[in-house]
Amino acid sequence: METATVPEGDILVILRHPPHGSSWLREGLDAALVAAAFGQAVSLLFQGDGVLALLQGQGPGPLGQKGTSATLDMLAMYDIESLFLDASSLSRLGLSTDSLQLPASPLEPPSIAALIAGHRLVLTF
Amino acid sequence: MRYALLVLGAPYSSQASHSALRFAAALLARGHYLECVFFYHDGVYNATRLAAPPQDEPHLVEAWVKLNQAHGTQLQVCIAAALRRGLLDEREASRHGKSGHSVEPPFELTGLGQLIDLGLGVDRLVTFAP
Repeated sequence: METATVPEGDILVILRHPPHGSSWLREGLDAALVAAAFGQAVSLLFQGDGVLALLQGQGPGPLGQKGTSATLDMLAMYDIESLFLDASSLSRLGLSTDSLQLPASPLEPPSIAALIAGHRLVLTF
Repeated sequence: MRYALLVLGAPYSSQASHSALRFAAALLARGHYLECVFFYHDGVYNATRLAAPPQDEPHLVEAWVKLNQAHGTQLQVCIAAALRRGLLDEREASRHGKSGHSVEPPFELTGLGQLIDLGLGVDRLVTFAP
C-alpha cells in the first residue's frame, strides 16, 4: 500500500457522522470553520459514514435540521482546501469520488496515519 | 503535563462524563495539571445547574464544580451549542427574555475559539465522546 503525500497543518478535524440524523457533522464543521477563522491551517478527513457528507445534491429538506451542504460550500472561503476521505469508507458505501460535491482526496490507511501524525491538534467528531 | 479535556457526551446518557471525571482524578493524582474542561455538542448538558439525579447516583454536575474548586480547572461551555439546547447563564437568559437561567459559575459560556486555543496550548487534549 502506497503512502500518498499528505500536508502537515495545525488542526485536523475528523468527521465520522452522516449529514442528517444528528448534529455531529454540523458541530464538527463549525469547529473547523472557527479554527480557520482564527488563522489556523485546517484539514478535514471524512471517515466512515462521514463520507456521505460529501455527496452531491443534498438539501435541508423536510427533516427540520439545517443540513451541512451549504457549510461545505463555504469551506473554500475559509481557506479550508485540504480535504481527504477514507477510501475504504467510500467503497464500502458503493460510492466513487465522481458523486462528490467537493474534491476530496481518497486516502489509504498508511496515508491516514501520516495525516494524523502531521497535525498538531486532532479533533474527532 | 498540562492537560485539557473535551467532553461531548450528555451526563447520564453516556459514559463520557463518568470517564472524563475518572481520567481527571487519575491525572491529578499523578501530579499533572488540568487546565480546562471544555463542553461541546451534547456535553453542554453537563453544565446545567438544574440537574437533580437520584441520591444513589453520582452527581455529575457537582463533581465538575468540585473539580473547579479543588484544582482551579476552568469549566468552559460552547455558547452556540448551549443556547440552542436551553443552557443559558443569567446574562443570556435576560438577553433572550427567559424567566430563569440554567447555567451558573464556575461554568462559563464561551466561544469555540477557546477550544482551538486550548487544544493548541496544552500538551494533551483528550476527547470523551459517547
